[in-house]
Amino acid sequence: MTELLAERGHVFALTGAALIALGFYGFMAQRAVIRRLISFNVIGSGVFLLFGGTGYSAAGVDPVPQALIITGIVVALALTAFAAALAVRLAQGGDRDDGTDDGEAGP
Amino acid sequence: MNLLFALAGAPLAFLLASLIAGRHGARLIWIAAPVITALAFWLALETHARPQGGALGGWMPPLGIALEADGLGAVLLLTCALTASVTGLFALGRYGGARPESARRYTFWPLFYGLWAGMNAVLVSRDLFNLYVAIELLSICAVALAAFGSRQAAVNYMMIALAGSLAYLLGAVLIYAALGTLDMSLIAQRAPEARASVLIAAALITGGLMAKTALFPLHGWLPPAHGAAPTAVSALLSALVVKASFVILARVWFEGLPGLAGAGVITAFGVLGAAAIVYGSVLAITQTGLKALIAYSTVAQLGYLFLVFPLAGGGESATPWTAGAWGAMGFHLSAHMLAKAGLFLAAGLMIYGAGGGRIADLTGLARAMPVTSLAFGLCAVSLMGLPPSGGFMAKYLMLIAALASGQWHYALVILAGGLMAAAYLFKPLARLFAGTGTPAIRALPHRSMALAPLVLGAAAIALGLLSAEPYALMVSGLPEAGEAGLEEAEP
Repeated sequence: MTELLAERGHVFALTGAALIALGFYGFMAQRAVIRRLISFNVIGSGVFLLFGGTGYSAAGVDPVPQALIITGIVVALALTAFAAALAVRLAQGGDRDDGTDDGEAGP
Repeated sequence: MNLLFALAGAPLAFLLASLIAGRHGARLIWIAAPVITALAFWLALETHARPQGGALGGWMPPLGIALEADGLGAVLLLTCALTASVTGLFALGRYGGARPESARRYTFWPLFYGLWAGMNAVLVSRDLFNLYVAIELLSICAVALAAFGSRQAAVNYMMIALAGSLAYLLGAVLIYAALGTLDMSLIAQRAPEARASVLIAAALITGGLMAKTALFPLHGWLPPAHGAAPTAVSALLSALVVKASFVILARVWFEGLPGLAGAGVITAFGVLGAAAIVYGSVLAITQTGLKALIAYSTVAQLGYLFLVFPLAGGGESATPWTAGAWGAMGFHLSAHMLAKAGLFLAAGLMIYGAGGGRIADLTGLARAMPVTSLAFGLCAVSLMGLPPSGGFMAKYLMLIAALASGQWHYALVILAGGLMAAAYLFKPLARLFAGTGTPAIRALPHRSMALAPLVLGAAAIALGLLSAEPYALMVSGLPEAGEAGLEEAEP
């Protein structure tokens, strides 16, 4: 049983590393904002999987990575939602506002 | 109630309050500014006696998450509170209740408090994952504020920030896998056990934080984002946000992993820092737009911070000049916060008054806007490193450390950087006093807005005049070399 756990940890960690590499390629090779955002999420999933995988050992499963992964997922979700909204506004509204958001200009 | 939790929590509370208050949210700054500044001042007084610490829920590491403020942290918290307060009060002139209705009157304030909360949380955290959450809060608010100016620049900033945070997170994960802890002091105890994997982790963390700090050659996102943003936002981004990631970087290398930095790592930091000073200054000199000039000046001034690594000896062994270099870092961080925020606020007022953002538009403006021009001059004095300013103290201490440690080539870079700063800052200063007539200017929304940059400029100068107390506080956290005062640091 304990050996199985350690083995499973290795599989998770290696899969995570592969995801990170895959996502990194996408992040570097793609130009479109949305595609890079998806690549960012692939890397993020890889990091979380790697993190979870390192928590497995012959002694059992370390709960700390799991707690941190959940927090990390929340942060990544917030960042993704915000970045997607920003990308949509850029595509629809152009680089700058027409003034409706900002009212009268000021210093 | 622990003072550290109050400092990290108060801006968060104001964030929520400004969301609830809606159209009256702007008025909260009248409460937030004095309250948080008073808390930071109180913390500085307490830290004078001994470093302050605390643990969330009373759980000590390795189980819980520790917060800590040493002398440097306390000084930076106070400077940050002062800068944010003044910038927030200034922002009332654009996003306050007296202005016409606009979406940004509602969105500016929560982002402003979120940024402030992120800064304070970074300055009191000593846990790699806690720092990650804090810097993400800071980044998301900073990108959203940058989008007030140019959305394209904000998206580019966002991509760099995302890549940087992933690299940092991966580094933190590897540290946990190797050492089983994320707490800075426990990392310091356990790091010698697993050198190779910790070195890879440190490289990832460093790369990520360097991108967020905009260290040359990863600075490309900074000038468009800082240059295009509205005045108050430029001041916040340039003065505060880029400092947070540097503070984490310094903590990781000096506190978490002392002894890990070999000669190669330290030299790399020094070379990149020197290149940033030269490159940023040269580009600042060639700019024709006032805000672009100030933004490139930030690229150059951030370079000085990375000279601290070679000057302090990387933290491996405390040398007689370590205290000087550490103090120089503290002075440079705080003096640049005050002076750069003041410079951006003054520039924003002048651009509004003159009706154009080119340096050529400023001709003779000193006669029409004397207070703003004085503020611009005071901030420029500190950035150039002329006595008696805080910027002078920083460069003086760096120079002494460079000469005492025999690294005269860094002394040359520091001196050349000061000269080039004078060259690019005298360009707008000379325009301000050029010509003979008094140009007609657009009236400011509120006359007292000109006081904000003046207060910041005066504070940057006062930091040099009253340097003994902050210096003693900043080096008080140093283990061995903390005994060396200003006098002993001299060669």
